[in-house]
Amino acid sequence: MDKGFRFFPDQASSVAGDVDLLYFFLVAVSVFFACLIFFLIYLFAVKYRRKSEDDIPKEIEGLLKLEILWSVIPLILVMFVFVWGATLYFDSYTPPKNASEIYVVGKQWMWHIQHPTGQREINELHIPVGQPIKLTMATEDVIHSFFVPAFRLKKDVVPGRYTTMWFEAIKAGEYHLFCAEYCGTKHSQMIGKVVAMEPADYQNWLSGGAASEPMEVTGEKKFQQLACHTCHTDNANARGPSLVGVFGKDVELEGGVKVVVDEEYIRESILTPNAKVAAGYKPVMPTFKGQLTEAGLLQITAYIKSLSKDGSK
Amino acid sequence: MSTAVFKHRADQQAEDNGHTKNYLNAGFSAKSWLLTVDHKRIAILYLISITTMFLLGGIFALVIRLELLTPAGDMLQSETYNKMFTMHGVVMVFFFLIPATPAVFGNFLLPLMIGAKDLAFPRLNLLSWYVFTFGALLGVTAIVFGGVDTGWTFYTPYSSTYANSNVILAALGAFFAGFASILTGLNFIVTIHKMRAPGLTWFRMPLFVWAHYATSIIQVLGTPVVAITIILVALERLFKIGIFDPALGGDPILFQHLFWFYSHPAVYIMILPAMGVISEVICCFARKKIFGYNFIAFSSLAIAMFGFLVWGHHMYTSGQSVYASLVFSVLTFLVAIPSAIKTFNWTATLYKGSISYDAPMIYAIGFLGLFTIGGLTGVFLATLAVDVHVHDTYFVVAHFHYIMVGGAIMGYMAAMHFWWPKITGRLYPEGWARFSALVIFIGFNLTFFPQFIVGYLGMPRRYHAYPEEFQIWNVLSTAGATILGVGYAIPVVYFIWSLRYGAKASANPWKAKGLEWEKADSPPIAHNFEETPVVTEEAYAYEPKRG
Ligand code: HEC
Ligand code: HEM
Ligand SMILES: [Cu+2]
Ligand SMILES: [Cu+2]
Repeated sequence: MDKGFRFFPDQASSVAGDVDLLYFFLVAVSVFFACLIFFLIYLFAVKYRRKSEDDIPKEIEGLLKLEILWSVIPLILVMFVFVWGATLYFDSYTPPKNASEIYVVGKQWMWHIQHPTGQREINELHIPVGQPIKLTMATEDVIHSFFVPAFRLKKDVVPGRYTTMWFEAIKAGEYHLFCAEYCGTKHSQMIGKVVAMEPADYQNWLSGGAASEPMEVTGEKKFQQLACHTCHTDNANARGPSLVGVFGKDVELEGGVKVVVDEEYIRESILTPNAKVAAGYKPVMPTFKGQLTEAGLLQITAYIKSLSKDGSK
Repeated sequence: MSTAVFKHRADQQAEDNGHTKNYLNAGFSAKSWLLTVDHKRIAILYLISITTMFLLGGIFALVIRLELLTPAGDMLQSETYNKMFTMHGVVMVFFFLIPATPAVFGNFLLPLMIGAKDLAFPRLNLLSWYVFTFGALLGVTAIVFGGVDTGWTFYTPYSSTYANSNVILAALGAFFAGFASILTGLNFIVTIHKMRAPGLTWFRMPLFVWAHYATSIIQVLGTPVVAITIILVALERLFKIGIFDPALGGDPILFQHLFWFYSHPAVYIMILPAMGVISEVICCFARKKIFGYNFIAFSSLAIAMFGFLVWGHHMYTSGQSVYASLVFSVLTFLVAIPSAIKTFNWTATLYKGSISYDAPMIYAIGFLGLFTIGGLTGVFLATLAVDVHVHDTYFVVAHFHYIMVGGAIMGYMAAMHFWWPKITGRLYPEGWARFSALVIFIGFNLTFFPQFIVGYLGMPRRYHAYPEEFQIWNVLSTAGATILGVGYAIPVVYFIWSLRYGAKASANPWKAKGLEWEKADSPPIAHNFEETPVVTEEAYAYEPKRG
């Protein structure tokens, strides 16, 4: 992290430059309008100072043309800025298909990070440069917000659901990671760093350290421990539907509605199974609320996802 | 109206005592103040309550700035620091800025400006002060018993489940303050509709009255929502009824929607009355009719209406739907336009005026400059991609202080100086007043401008400790806050001084237009006017009609 004197942070993600450009444009427009107003006030203030106590100027009612002018010009400008800002926002919303996934769990007052390959980190996130990364985030307690100023991105982490964000680092280095949503006593200590590494270094990092168990394997173990497999088998008359190959596909619910099986759906199926019941099955699945941490849920999710990868069982 | 005027008992009494009668010497007992139904006395009661709260909030602010002088959190414990910024926010927003201009100047001036004897419901007005003061006392009790640490935004589930501080007490305090604000708003609306003097048509009303009309609409429509929200948080805290906490089956984002549905319009409750003040002051000290009266009046109404449709701009990063964010963003840009229109019109009013620089005008010009910066940075925040970066950083803190302190409090100070002679019958010392206005302006900018930069650099708000590279900006900010503190202390001293030693004010020391100046004494008599005034001209007719 460069600690020198500066006016804006490192541009370390693929969107940082775009955001800054828009920001500089806004600064330029604002400086222009602010200076215009300040200059006019100054000019009038000097030029039309009261000359004598009983000096009474002529009345000026207003001028429709001028009113229209100074309503329409700002209107056009702000609409332009709206479209510009919205486009960038929209783009930074949908992760590219080839994004690698990393899972984040916020907790008073630390960040837990799990890589699908099994590495776990606290308050540090190692990522390769040049590779889009998608974070799926959950919190064990209150709202937190994952904020990396050098990436110009933040996203709240909200209890009871997953939120996601994605970015691509373009420059190796260490960058601040902050919690941006006030979350209690040690909010200002819920900080860490994002370490962006050249791909080769990243591979080294991945293979270094204690051999770690991939998330899906941990997830599979949990799946056994909690006896999920007693109902979810490939057996045709199993009590629960097979989970092989379902991720990313539509399932039909009782009543005919179709939903996509995504992280959020899996989460809901495990915590409040009766909210959406798969067609053709009885609502016999018990809730696992309280038996799984957010991290554990994500591991099981990783396992279920792995069942849909090519070449899996 | 006949000229045989009914004499108020209080006025008669004052006269019998050999004084020139006015509302101040109409009675000296505690009862004559505490049970008064005179809108002017109630305004004074409010002035005392909110000034106390302002001092309290100011002390919290100075403690915050002192802590932030160094990157390490070395002066206070984190928990104490968190309580400081929470109580600063709660006190300043709910117990000072929301009531400030309407409850003091609105109360004092509305009847005078429209030529009425009092507000439509004088007893309701007194009740509102009691309700407010009760709320403020609850707030103070919460502070005395250990404080609150949720932030003034009370976000759930932190506030409803996790925080173990006096959330309920503080929230109830805000609830009562809100209730008082509903009563005031209701009173103003009815008064403006029903009690205007003969000849005072809607489009002859001073813009101060229009601004308060718009404010009252927001108070009446918006405040109930936040009141309900507060009750829901309390229910969840007390009885574990799941509303906002997902562990209980609730939805934490729902809270944010409800909170901002009120609290965005609430920011306009704070700024609109100040805008009204600025219109009066600029016209008086430029001796000119306002440029574009209709545009300023209607922009207040537009702000009041459309201000209700933009709350989601506080939630761009909350995970709300992208499409919701898009809609909220476009509406936010639209609602910025009326503010821009006002600024241009005020500036144009100066053109070919006859401008004098007494303290109220210096504050008004300060308002113009600082509000411009606040409004323009609002546009940054409305911009989706930029807000994602600066949301919940010091950039936002700087933005709203430019509007609320640089705008609303500058307006409030302009009003203090402008109407002080009317309210007290005394002149304040002009030299000191100009000097302190300058000190405030400089201190303010030094405090808050650096926060834009440190915000863009990424410093999150509500941080007790921060990385070293942000220190320089924080040192500047703390230095500025010290100057600002001095700037606010000077007026407190000279205003109190002037009560005794200030020169006596004439009925119209500024040679201003408006019924409160032209038809009422300084200070006004208890029932305001000797006889009901009749209005024959538009507002701000500084140039005498020829022919
Ligand atoms: C008592 C048997 C039973 C157990 C144990 C059980 N489930 Fe289920 N599960 C079901 C049934 C029946 C359904 C379909 C009805 C429904 O959606 O509730 C289902 C649905 C699901 C679905 C939605 C699949 C779809 O295609 O809609 C997921 C995901 C799931 N279960 C995961 C799990 C996990 C993970 C566990 C272990 C923690 C588990 N289940 C334990 C019976 C069970
Ligand atoms: C010119 C019009 C304005 C625009 C476009 C605007 C825009 C915004 C936006 C988008 C935010 C959310 C920023 C964020 O949290 O990321 C915001 C925050 C805020 N604004 Fe404004 N604003 C304007 C005027 C005002 C006014 C007039 C006031 C008050 C009198 C005000 C007070 C606030 C406050 C208090 C917050 C922060 C609340 C918090 O998070 O604690 N703004 N503004
Ligand atoms: Cu936090
Ligand atoms: Cu807002």
